[in-house]
Amino acid sequence: MTPSFLLIVLLLLPFMAALLVAVMPRNARSMEAWVSGAVAALGFAAMIWLYPQITDGNVLREEINWVPALGLNLVLRLDGFSWLFGILVTGVGFLVVLYARYYMSPADPVPRFFAFFLLFMGSMLGLVLSGNIIQLVLFWELTSISSFLLIGYWFHLGQARDGARMALTVTGLGGLCLLGGMLIIGHIVGSYDLDVVLQSGDAIRNHSLYLPALLLVLMGALTKSAQFPFHFWLPHAMAAPTPVSAYLHSATMVKAGVFLLVRLWPVMAGTDEWFWIVTFAGLATLIFAGFAAIFQTDLKGLLAYSTISHLGLITALLGMSSPLACVAAIFHIANHATFKASLFMAAGIIDHETGTRDIRRLSGLFRFIPFTATLAMVASAAMAGVPLLNGFISKEMFFAETAQRDANPFVNIALPLGATIGSLFAVTYSLRFVHGVFFGPPPEGLDKVPHEPPALMRRPIEILVLLCLVVGMVPGITIGPYLASAVISVTGPDTPYYSLSVWHGFNWAIVMSGVALAGGALLYWLLHAYLQKGIEGPPLLRRLKGKRIFERIMLTLTTKWARRLESLFGTRRLQPQMFLLFLAASAAAGAVLAGRLGRVDLALEGFDPVFALLWLIGIICAVMAAQQAKFHRLVALVLLGGTGLVTCMTFVWFSAPDLAITQLLVEIVTTVLILLGLRWLPKRVEDMRDEVVLRQVRLRRYRDVALAGAAGLGMALLSYAVMLRQPLPGISEFFLQNAYALGGGTNVVNVMLVDFRAFDTLGEITVLGIVAVTVFAILRRFRPAAESINKPEQQLIQNAFDDRVPERKLGDTVNEYLLLPGVIMQWMFPIIIVLALHLFLRGHDQPGGGFAAGIVMSIGFILQYMAGGTRWVEDRLRILPVRWIGSGLLLALLVGVVSLALGYPFMTTAFQYADLPLIGRVPMASALLFDLGVFVLVIGATVLILIALAHQSIRSPKAARRPVQPVPEAEVSPDAPVEAR
Amino acid sequence: MELVLAVSIGVMASCGVYLMLRPRTFQVIIGLSLLSYAVNLFIFAMGRLRVGAAPVLSKDGVVDPSLYTDPVPQALVLTAIVIGFAMTALFLVVLLAARGLTGTDHVDGRERR
Repeated sequence: MTPSFLLIVLLLLPFMAALLVAVMPRNARSMEAWVSGAVAALGFAAMIWLYPQITDGNVLREEINWVPALGLNLVLRLDGFSWLFGILVTGVGFLVVLYARYYMSPADPVPRFFAFFLLFMGSMLGLVLSGNIIQLVLFWELTSISSFLLIGYWFHLGQARDGARMALTVTGLGGLCLLGGMLIIGHIVGSYDLDVVLQSGDAIRNHSLYLPALLLVLMGALTKSAQFPFHFWLPHAMAAPTPVSAYLHSATMVKAGVFLLVRLWPVMAGTDEWFWIVTFAGLATLIFAGFAAIFQTDLKGLLAYSTISHLGLITALLGMSSPLACVAAIFHIANHATFKASLFMAAGIIDHETGTRDIRRLSGLFRFIPFTATLAMVASAAMAGVPLLNGFISKEMFFAETAQRDANPFVNIALPLGATIGSLFAVTYSLRFVHGVFFGPPPEGLDKVPHEPPALMRRPIEILVLLCLVVGMVPGITIGPYLASAVISVTGPDTPYYSLSVWHGFNWAIVMSGVALAGGALLYWLLHAYLQKGIEGPPLLRRLKGKRIFERIMLTLTTKWARRLESLFGTRRLQPQMFLLFLAASAAAGAVLAGRLGRVDLALEGFDPVFALLWLIGIICAVMAAQQAKFHRLVALVLLGGTGLVTCMTFVWFSAPDLAITQLLVEIVTTVLILLGLRWLPKRVEDMRDEVVLRQVRLRRYRDVALAGAAGLGMALLSYAVMLRQPLPGISEFFLQNAYALGGGTNVVNVMLVDFRAFDTLGEITVLGIVAVTVFAILRRFRPAAESINKPEQQLIQNAFDDRVPERKLGDTVNEYLLLPGVIMQWMFPIIIVLALHLFLRGHDQPGGGFAAGIVMSIGFILQYMAGGTRWVEDRLRILPVRWIGSGLLLALLVGVVSLALGYPFMTTAFQYADLPLIGRVPMASALLFDLGVFVLVIGATVLILIALAHQSIRSPKAARRPVQPVPEAEVSPDAPVEAR
Repeated sequence: MELVLAVSIGVMASCGVYLMLRPRTFQVIIGLSLLSYAVNLFIFAMGRLRVGAAPVLSKDGVVDPSLYTDPVPQALVLTAIVIGFAMTALFLVVLLAARGLTGTDHVDGRERR
């Protein structure tokens, strides 16, 4: 396996494992953890193995064509910096899986947890490995979505739902902005490839669109990294299970924001805009979140604010734009991941063992869980920046950078001062965490006596804390080379010298460190009495609740304004919608055609009075149908049939025999269908009240007439104009010339349907099958209106007649109804079958084909239903329309697949002539088999639709509301659904 | 000929559009059918009108395309007719079910005021 190919595997593995884990049994906690852990460990191992490829600023690339026309390719790219992130994602991921194995309760749906976890890990890996900035945004959004799923994992808790939604809204909004920013950058550079973008720093910084691009990109990065004023989502994301917090808020999700800032640092940093926005957003966050963290009473809340604060530190460093500050930022990213992940896990253990995370209820835990307590204390010390721990070194670098003299006196004072205050707060909240939880008198009123967790649950913390110690004591030989390769890939080959060591001599940085440590301890001592009171939230800022503001904005946007807009522009009534639709369509067509129609001459040659007479009838039928449709449905239906017949004759007239046959047959079936439906429509009697039409209604009718007239006029003009023009050469000649040569049939239209455009036909018959099944499904639960439940009036009269006449039994008249036509219809059945087969077989050469034959066949069936009644037919014939639909579709598909199997493109056909006894030479094209599929499916679909409706009459259905008379149990037919009984 | 067909297409389209703007479901279904006729004929007319030139070839091999009418619109319209049937069927059933559920045959599922 080549190294670059390994990247693809590395990226795909978590996604595939997520699918696998999702379908695993619910109680297989260990198995799912094994799979997830193996994926993370494999990723980690692969990263280690790839390391030699990316030292000294080398880059590993793998490119897969995606949309080359748009310059969009999937590019996987590994350099020193993304390697460092990959190590964090997979390494911390592995530890978190191990921890989660013990943390998650057996009652939780664990497959979902690990599936989302792997999904998130894959998205994060995709993000850091992206070598294309659009692809990067894609994975960026995927991390937002998968973190939404993880934060909302316990969706039965309102808190979790709110937290997840807020995180998604804020980071999703940022992601949208980021996409905009990336598009602008792509526009400036002329490519979305990250390597090209990284070469174009000057072009980007000097472009007039630099500022909008910067603002949009920063919106993305600052929302993701929870920087002020977008910080508020992160504390609420703490509703997630603790392993999720440990992963998302130490090494991954929130680090994505600073990852992006570092990634684009070479091309966007260095300008005044960058410096002021990024540095001060970071500094403000550092101080504000540090202050807020001191006053949290929830352990995870404290850690959440401290995370925000540390991200502020990293952001501030990146804002300073000097290569050394960038080194410090990258270093702190790694350090923060180690100590914060371990602290979150420790907080989870405390929660697990005591049943609470409330600092006010916890104290003196050291005597119960000394080992965990020691680990947590070391990690807290790293968080506070105590010497000999990793947090100290990166913080020293931060201090050293802020202490640089600057031309601007404000910057000169604000930066070191802000840095010191922020670090001072870090010492205070770390002290509060350690002192408040582990020291003091034993806790009272806990649900259980805390004791040490399983050794394996503690192991991840041990490993991370060990890293904190080792890196803190001998940074040069532990993280040194890896940091160097990460730094070189960001700041370039001429990175200035920097020294990773614990002691740099007596300088400003060490003074600031000392002030922060001493001042933090002093502040904690001063605040101790206040903190003992256990007041939630920081003083002064308590009323400033980001969540409340967010919710108010969301309420205004999504409810108030949405409602107002809907009431202004929306309607649930169909008629205005249709009106606007037709108006827009007509206006659009008019706008396009206006002035382009050219001269439209009145051409009267070839005028045929017979044809004109025919259409006079057609037009009268259409207009009458429109007029009668409201009160005289049957009349309207008959008139509609008249228009249909004239249409059919037009097809005959103008050389379209296939269309004529199909139109005629469809006409018959449609009429029967609507006739069957008429019974379930309400009786509408034209009475005097309807004559007094409201003025408003009358106006609306005029308006509709005007629109309809305009639409019709447009259609007429357009078709007339086109018909008078010479046709342009198109693809028709190809079909005419090749229908016989390539398709083996002389009926070009049929050859097109079953051969040249068979794929379309396949889609079409699929639609037909779906419609039939849908019709069947809707009618299975059919509940007619109460007033339509009674037997039709005609049957009531007929039954009353049977009652009156002594020698007649009840139902005789109904049964004998249409006796003679009924017999003829029954005798017609074999003839119709022959006709159908004839149409089917000759279809390839003469007008006919699968569609027409199928409809003829289904007319045969429906005639039997009309003649004998539903029960009579179904006693004698096996009508299995759903199976016919299925086999027809399968057969048609099979024809296509066979050609695929023989190495031809899908739906390639072959043909041959065969001499059959008695019948003679018959074309045997494989298209004929396809047509057979069409034939069978059309029979099935048409019959299913018709009999689903016909069955309603014998179903004795229940009314939807207030039945007129209760239906006796015995009357329910056997094919009625269970609910109907 | 063209004039007659164009006028007919226009009238059918007008009736169809008018009916589709009406409040009763049955009016809409009739309107939909009329509009389908108009549109089918419209597409068909795009292949120009030829009398006695059905696209059914003889089997002697040589094909002169100018002897036959355009088969492409015909194939399209054939598909459209069948799909139109499916659409009518589905709409009919939906309107019946809606009438059962809401007790009215108004397109909005409730009478106005």
